[in-house]
Amino acid sequence: MANTAIKPVVTEEDLLIEEYGYDDHFHEHHHGDKYQSNFITTYIFSQDHKIIAKQFLITGMFWALIGALMSLVFRLQLGFPEENLAWLRPVLGKWITINDAGMGTLAPEFYYALVTMHGTILVFFVLTAGLSGTFSNLLIPLQVGARDMASPFLNMLSYWFFFLAGVIMFLSLFLSTGPFAGGWTAYPPLSALPQASSGSGAGMTMWILSLVFFVVSVLLGGINYITTVLNLRTKGMSMWRLPLTIWAFFVTAILGLLSFPVLVSGFLLLMFDRSLGTSFYLSEIFIGGQALDHVGGSPILYQHLFWFLGHPEVYIIILPAMGLVSEVLSVHSRKPIFGYRAMVYSILAIGFLSFIVWAHHMFMSGVNPFISNFFVVFTLIIAVPSAVKVFNWIATLYGGNIRFNAASLFAIGFVSMFISGGLTGIFLGNSAIDIQLHDTYFVVAHFHIVMGVAAFFGMFAGIYNWFPKMYGRFMNETLGKLHFWGTLIGAYAVFWPMHYLGMAGVPRRYYRFDSFEAFGQFSAMNQFITIAAIVTFAFQMIFVVNFFYSIWKGKKMTVRNPWGANTLEWTTPIHPGHGNWPGKLPAVQRWAYDYGKDGKEFIPQIKPMDEGETEAH
Amino acid sequence: MEAVVERAYGRNKIHPQKFALWVACGGILMMFAAFTSAIIVRQAAGNWLEFRLPDIFYYNTIVILLSSISLHSSYLAFRRGNTSLYRGMLALTFVLGAAFIALQYQGWQKLTAIGIELTTNPSGSFIYVISGVHAAHILGGLGALSLALLHAYLLPHKVTPARKLRFELTLTYWHFVDFLWLYLLFFFTMLY
Repeated sequence: MANTAIKPVVTEEDLLIEEYGYDDHFHEHHHGDKYQSNFITTYIFSQDHKIIAKQFLITGMFWALIGALMSLVFRLQLGFPEENLAWLRPVLGKWITINDAGMGTLAPEFYYALVTMHGTILVFFVLTAGLSGTFSNLLIPLQVGARDMASPFLNMLSYWFFFLAGVIMFLSLFLSTGPFAGGWTAYPPLSALPQASSGSGAGMTMWILSLVFFVVSVLLGGINYITTVLNLRTKGMSMWRLPLTIWAFFVTAILGLLSFPVLVSGFLLLMFDRSLGTSFYLSEIFIGGQALDHVGGSPILYQHLFWFLGHPEVYIIILPAMGLVSEVLSVHSRKPIFGYRAMVYSILAIGFLSFIVWAHHMFMSGVNPFISNFFVVFTLIIAVPSAVKVFNWIATLYGGNIRFNAASLFAIGFVSMFISGGLTGIFLGNSAIDIQLHDTYFVVAHFHIVMGVAAFFGMFAGIYNWFPKMYGRFMNETLGKLHFWGTLIGAYAVFWPMHYLGMAGVPRRYYRFDSFEAFGQFSAMNQFITIAAIVTFAFQMIFVVNFFYSIWKGKKMTVRNPWGANTLEWTTPIHPGHGNWPGKLPAVQRWAYDYGKDGKEFIPQIKPMDEGETEAH
Repeated sequence: MEAVVERAYGRNKIHPQKFALWVACGGILMMFAAFTSAIIVRQAAGNWLEFRLPDIFYYNTIVILLSSISLHSSYLAFRRGNTSLYRGMLALTFVLGAAFIALQYQGWQKLTAIGIELTTNPSGSFIYVISGVHAAHILGGLGALSLALLHAYLLPHKVTPARKLRFELTLTYWHFVDFLWLYLLFFFTMLY
């Protein structure tokens, strides 16, 4: 890799960087080789942000597959409760119980474990680490014009703490008592009393340990992202010239830094309740007919601490996707992003509001209805910056010379998903309507579309768009488009019907519905959802194959800037080495969105202003 | 590596590592803010055992404040080139820091002696857990101080940018955990 970086191919970018760039004397020292000298320091314990980004991405993909397969198993249970699941026994072992007639059924406690693990894995490992971890690492140094993160070493630790968290969680799947099964929110008392359910013992201990390491990973990463954005921007890169991706990652990191420590506090009190007999969350509990001596605790306290993280967490998931989509839409519609400043202010507004809406997850937990009013109002106000963003994305597309490739299709799909899921958020944000809708499939449909599928769409848009920067090759476009249409139609087919289930009062997290008179009529709909989920999963396999095939066999990148984009990452060599730019650091002369200005299709950020040209945005 | 960062990003007003430490302190502060809000929320819910915080926690506050002063004077002596004051004050800081931990432990024993055990009532449990987590952060600071002591006694006294930076990082963190204790004591005093 390092050798290709110094190949003497002189391009216009090189000349511009050489003429106007900032000489930091980086390459006069041989420190770079010190940590990319052999296989282990290059690919495993790498301190290079580009490699760490790939590590986050591929680990995230591994977890996405595990999490998705789990959902297929519990969807089989929900869609086909009478079917014989004995064929799953080689994988799931004793969790498939086989009766005298040879019928295999999913053990109810394992159903709950699957639901819990699906949520935990997708929310934390895939959509936090896999999304923000990947693209913050890849793009922050490249797009602000830095050699690497502020602390490459802490950045490496960030990945390895995530890896450790993953190993612990993975091992917990194989416990004889099963992984934790009390829901991804880990509410006490199920999470606080080891005897409460089979997964509440060792499974919960490993769950909490894993997540504490995960938080360490997020914080180490976040500290780096914030410091890099604020301190290591290259010459000329003012905050108002940052691409929206960087704004999004920056605010995401701030949200993580302020909210994840609160989760740790909540977990710590939970650990004391579990192991040392305190009563922070436990009060007057009978279990198995036995009265426990815990007195004076408040389970609501845990919910406050959890959701103080939990709500910002959904923006930690969606903001990076929004940033990626803004960039991809602008580049591929060959137009400046509409309302750049409004986009930045909306990101900031969403970030701020995300801290004062957490109790909307607790409307039905016995929170004072008067206090609920405030949370309803702030929750609904989030619709304003969200709507500004949606309007600006559509306005960016409007009249654009749009290239419909896999990246831009997924970005457009993101906007569709965000609108569909966002609208149902307005229903759920009202505490009065929430009385009817809470804990139903309406909620499941809402959050899967707005932060699950939408975030995945943003991530796919990012992967298809920046794959050439990661591997110097393109992903296959035809397979990419097939992947897009299959995922778009499939995801709507899975989650759209759930709105109807929810409005009819079908509760979430139930093991089966056919035994309830009121919900038996929905068996066909449940079957449809299950089949749609399996088909959608199959389409994701196209992506996985395309991804790994393209790493080695994809079409080679022959020019540095295949999309004609303005941002700095496309001024690096096709295979950027350690330090990203072989010579000087590029100096930034303009904002990132000069598309179609003065009759030019695009003007890279490193190009100086022409005589009389004004920086208009 | 520090030297490289120094050169590469010399245009910055603040060194990236110092800035990163401030950001990290912000994260730690959020953790304790969560604890103190938890006390307020929990106290409002009733069944709250009232007791008076043992005096030892107040005496200990003086110890930790003195340690901040001694570390700061050690830092100033380091910059001025006053080797004996630099080394002596650094050692004193370490002793005061260790004394703080020992006295906190005494405080917990005092609490137990007046019948407030870890599991008696959440009001007492909070004191143990929160001051315990704070003590863990002091221990981290003692680790940094040990490294500083090694440097002070094993290396010749030279004011290089790298050593100045390292000292300033240690100093900032130590002042921070000191401030953190004042913050916690404020809540402990107001709410108990």
